[in-house]
Amino acid sequence: MDLSTELLTKENFFQLFSLPPGWTVDRELLDSRYRKLQQTFHPDRFSTKGDVDKRLAMQTTSLINQAYDTLKSPLKRAQYLLELEHVDASQKSHITSDSHFLMQQIEFREALGDIGDNADPFKTLDTMRTDAQRHYLQLQNDFQAQHLAADYTNALDTVAKMQFFAKLLNEIELREEELEDL
Amino acid sequence: MALLQISEPGQSPQPHQRKHAVGIDLGTTNSLVAAVRSGTPETLADEQGRHLLPSVVHYYKDGVSCMGYEAAEHNVSDPLNTLSSVKRLMGRGLSDVKSFGDQLPYEFAADDGGMPKIVTAAGLVSPIQVSAEILRKLAGRAEIALGGMLDGAVITVPAYFDDAQRQATKDAATLAGIKVLRLLNEPTAAAIAYGLDQREDSVVAVYDLGGGTFDISILRLSRGVFEVLSTGGDSALGGDDFDRVIAEWIRQQVGMAESLNPVEQRILLETAKSAKEELTDQDAVKIEVLDWRGVLTRDQLNSLIDPLIDKTLRAAKKSLRDAGLNTDQVDEVIMVGGSTRTPRVHEKVGQQFDRRPHSDIDPDRVVAMGAALQAEVLVGNKSGDDMLLLDVIPLSLGLETMGGLIEKIIHRNTTIPVSRAQEFTTFKDGQTAMAIHILQGERELAADCRSLARFELRDIPPMVAGAAKIRVTYQVDADGLLSVNAREVVSGAESHIEVKPSYGLDENEITNMLQDSFSYAKDDMKARALREQQVEADRMIEDLNAALQKDGRALLDDAEYHCLEVALKALQEVRDSSTEHRILARQIESVGKISEEFAARRMDASIKSALAGQSLDDVENNL
Repeated sequence: MDLSTELLTKENFFQLFSLPPGWTVDRELLDSRYRKLQQTFHPDRFSTKGDVDKRLAMQTTSLINQAYDTLKSPLKRAQYLLELEHVDASQKSHITSDSHFLMQQIEFREALGDIGDNADPFKTLDTMRTDAQRHYLQLQNDFQAQHLAADYTNALDTVAKMQFFAKLLNEIELREEELEDL
Repeated sequence: MALLQISEPGQSPQPHQRKHAVGIDLGTTNSLVAAVRSGTPETLADEQGRHLLPSVVHYYKDGVSCMGYEAAEHNVSDPLNTLSSVKRLMGRGLSDVKSFGDQLPYEFAADDGGMPKIVTAAGLVSPIQVSAEILRKLAGRAEIALGGMLDGAVITVPAYFDDAQRQATKDAATLAGIKVLRLLNEPTAAAIAYGLDQREDSVVAVYDLGGGTFDISILRLSRGVFEVLSTGGDSALGGDDFDRVIAEWIRQQVGMAESLNPVEQRILLETAKSAKEELTDQDAVKIEVLDWRGVLTRDQLNSLIDPLIDKTLRAAKKSLRDAGLNTDQVDEVIMVGGSTRTPRVHEKVGQQFDRRPHSDIDPDRVVAMGAALQAEVLVGNKSGDDMLLLDVIPLSLGLETMGGLIEKIIHRNTTIPVSRAQEFTTFKDGQTAMAIHILQGERELAADCRSLARFELRDIPPMVAGAAKIRVTYQVDADGLLSVNAREVVSGAESHIEVKPSYGLDENEITNMLQDSFSYAKDDMKARALREQQVEADRMIEDLNAALQKDGRALLDDAEYHCLEVALKALQEVRDSSTEHRILARQIESVGKISEEFAARRMDASIKSALAGQSLDDVENNL
């Protein structure tokens, strides 16, 4: 644990992959550098080594995985970028007061709750997912502009909205699984 | 004639002698062992030349009477003592096991610890013990074929296996006296066997329909790195279910009662199974049960199994979505598992992915062969520079919070190893202990998820509700096994658990069983333990000396360097003089602690050098 926290405070996740910090991440570069780091530090590389090396390898790759996971997910990357600006963007820190947005969320959720009444619930779920993804993408564009303009107050609100959609997309998946189990 | 040389016990004549490593596919229906010989992986046969070992063990009053094909012959005559498909029961609790009641014709009982056991003529037997018997048999076969003791094995598990099921598999290996180099996901093993790691960059879907489990895995292979992007499937769906729907169809045709006795169940299932197999290359098959005669056509069969196949295809679609990919982004499809021989499966999978699936390697053997290739790398016979496996956890890990809800700490399809921490707080004023209930699963309610373990954090200083900060850290290793640590941030009160299945065997039980089966004399055990510590000490001295020579001057100041030198010298002395393994173990541990900071700095330095030469300027130019 100690090594990971030490590295965490020393470097930011972008530096770990030698990438410039910012919203835009070159996915191909990120992927190839991630694989390169993994190839060097994965515990399987240390399977004939002693326990200390094995444990360090596990901790180091855990950190590399966390960094990769953060940078490749739009929501986590947005939260992390705010964190780097010392804005607490964790789940409970901010709730949006945009009433239009909240109404829209309620509508989405009601539709999701009634999904079983549809003739073809799987198709309805697909449509809902495409719709939610479109909104989610728009929010990401909003965030990018706000972050670039150092408008962290609005960026924080956008992240809160992104959370709603990330959660909604996840619930669509779960609902689909439930329907499949019937 | 020259005399044969025999070296001293525990010391090999050549330090870099080739090691014996195997891959074991511990299957629901059949198991196999494979090894790499003359550079190519091959499955190993028994004395009769048979490669498959049916995963069946027959018990009689004094213990195991026979295994494999011989045991399978008792299926009909003695079903209650003929244990098959126990893989379905691995790492399962009593309540899960009861829900299999109508599928597996065994009697179950709880032992003293509430763990499920199967009632046999030889007494209560756990699924882990049955698996250990199978593993021991395969290890024995390999030792004869390879001409020596095994140094380690890679054992495959369905990608869908949860923590408890993985742990149970590892326990079975320990019980069988096998050193596990790595638990490997079956689909990954299959992709390795097909040599797809040679590709530049491709996305592979592995469709694995075995006897008892279905797995779909989406892998990305890129210059030797295997990355599992997502996994899905159903740990209780397979070719056995094809047999069951066919058996049910026959039962209805014959007009038999719904509640069958175990012998009738077996007869129907075996008739169904052979009908299914014959329909692989025939259009219709005659069926005779009791005095009923009928015909099952391939079309009829297809309509019976289509709903089951459709279920697998939906899971495949979902895994693709999890990986963030579309069907047309899949470059290769690999077929694994005996049930993919059913033509309808091949046809529908081909349609879904719009390409011809790979099925050139025997779908029963492909997993064991891939595992053997990986075992060869991990044991150190082959340089592994060209191959690396990055696995994900199949199910989310979390803990129970107030109101019986689950808070997920690590989400499914997260690449392992992984470590995540989250802070929790107390519910009541003055609360001094916290019960931590570790869960695995995707559902919202704790009751719907699998319970992995419970432990308590005590000695929290009394505070008002919500004031304490309890940091819970989940660490999952490369095998997908979890350990959990809870720490109160202010006081430093700490508690830790290695998660073992609550219904598997506990450590003592395994130790006892090991002692039962080997009954080492005490002195032997001690000598063995001392020898193990000496080997560990030698390795540490060698590694640390090499590291000091390479990086010591650059990364340590004089005092630190001297301190390590002294510690190493002391370790060498204890290693040469001590006859007590515990003393040596303590010395090793203390040198380990002292050198930890040095190791951390080296790791840190090599992270930097791994990416050296790629300056930020380059990066920006590339954007």
